[in-house]
Amino acid sequence: MRQAARLFGSGALLALLMAGSGSADPDHDDLIVNGEIDMIERAPAPPYVEAFDEIISGWSFRSDETQALQMDDFDNPGMLGVERARVMFDTPMGSGGQACSSCHETPEALRGVRATYPKWDEERQTVQTVEMQVNECLTERMGAEPLGYDSPEMVDMAALIASVSRGMVVNVAIDGPARPVWEQGRELYYTRFGQLELACANCHEDNAGRMIRADHLSQGQINGFPTYRLNNAALISVHNRFRGCIRDTRAETFPVGSPELVALELYVASRGNGLTVEGPAVRN
Amino acid sequence: MTGPWCLAAGIAAAAILAMAPLASAQGVVAPGDVVFDDYGEVAQSLTGVPGNPEAGRTVMATRSLGNCVACHQVSAMADVPFQGNVGPSLDGVADRWSEAQLRGILVDADRTFPDSIMPAFYKTDGFIRPGDGYTGKAAPPDLPPILTAQQIEDVLAYLLTLHEN
Ligand code: HEC
Ligand code: HEC
Repeated sequence: MRQAARLFGSGALLALLMAGSGSADPDHDDLIVNGEIDMIERAPAPPYVEAFDEIISGWSFRSDETQALQMDDFDNPGMLGVERARVMFDTPMGSGGQACSSCHETPEALRGVRATYPKWDEERQTVQTVEMQVNECLTERMGAEPLGYDSPEMVDMAALIASVSRGMVVNVAIDGPARPVWEQGRELYYTRFGQLELACANCHEDNAGRMIRADHLSQGQINGFPTYRLNNAALISVHNRFRGCIRDTRAETFPVGSPELVALELYVASRGNGLTVEGPAVRN
Repeated sequence: MTGPWCLAAGIAAAAILAMAPLASAQGVVAPGDVVFDDYGEVAQSLTGVPGNPEAGRTVMATRSLGNCVACHQVSAMADVPFQGNVGPSLDGVADRWSEAQLRGILVDADRTFPDSIMPAFYKTDGFIRPGDGYTGKAAPPDLPPILTAQQIEDVLAYLLTLHEN
């Protein structure tokens, strides 16, 4: 009896250790969506990402079950948001009675946008995210009210705009006038915020691949955003995710759409230059 | 202006002390008054009251408190699911470190391991954008440390039970 209990005890421990080490590394599965969009899950790290030789999509860190949901649009709950936004795309909004489709015939006409944003806007002399660009069209071209930066409608629209770029290589510019903003973002990435004094880099650079409680830490890439999070049963924007991570350091967060989060988005997006656009991705 | 302000602060401090058990009220070392030696060790108990290892174990497993298992694996806590591996396993720490060393690591790990990612559990200043717990809102002006002095002593008491075999 005692012997059996001891054996069982050590077996349980072994299982625990193996579970820990077995899930420590991202897998090498191949992500092909709908049997046709072949994603790049691993790419050489850009020169300014010194901590890694290779950048890896967050998809590779998820369980087989979660991974599978992103491989077929019929299984991907995020595609429901994309469908809602397709309707909005054709719906007249604002004083001019125009729809998005009045200027951009179909969502597919916006293919390529997601891969290069955030991006320097010459006219506004600022770095614009996709959400800021959508609101610029709504308010200045269509005479409509802006959408809330993190409203469900905006997140759906961002998911639609990402979805038509799926499979394209992320290629965000970090030189020229965007440079100071990129540098501000880098500064934020390495700042140890909050009462826990943790920087993005502490979790997603120093400890990518390790377990923090139940979570398998990825590199914190944003090529899959907006992502459908099974825990929230909703599509989640980049800024919402950033806020959650900053909150988890027992810090005061920044508002969605704030200059700080825009700068951070530009920097984090550039760390994924070489991966492919996957949004809407599926995460736990 | 300073008169009433000081008085108010004094009353508030007295009220906080009154909430602590009488025996420890006298002896509680405030976060700013902890004395470290050159190696980051803290020899003096923060409360003068011996720690309760069972209470310490609970603090280590509880998300809103120590949540030590987020980063550390502890075989003696195998009943607590999802132990992380950001930090080293704590198995056998009582054989590797003295009581004063472990207290120092808990109060402010940076003093033992420079630039450690392990949070300082008994510190109240020097933070960038500190929040009010996990709300995402700004911290109150009198931000308490993550753990109380007695919780530190309780965790310490539990760590001191973690011998190899
Ligand atoms: C205390 C640890 C911790 C810190 C600090 C942290 N994160 Fe995270 N982050 C996580 C965890 C856990 C997850 C969920 C698992 C994963 O994808 O890594 C996550 C997920 C993410 C994701 C989603 C990745 C995906 O593929 O879905 C992004 C993006 C991200 N973090 C960015 C950041 C940024 C930017 C910062 C700093 C502002 C930051 N994180 C700070 C723990 C942290
Ligand atoms: C965010 C991660 C994190 C959390 C949370 C954390 N630690 Fe640590 N801890 C570390 C790391 C990393 C080290 C290794 C030292 C280093 O490299 O900084 C460490 C080292 C230690 C050591 C020395 C271990 C050895 O054998 O060298 C002890 C003891 C310890 N931690 C106890 C605790 C206790 C108790 C708690 C909770 C009250 C805790 N830690 C919470 C990350 C963490």
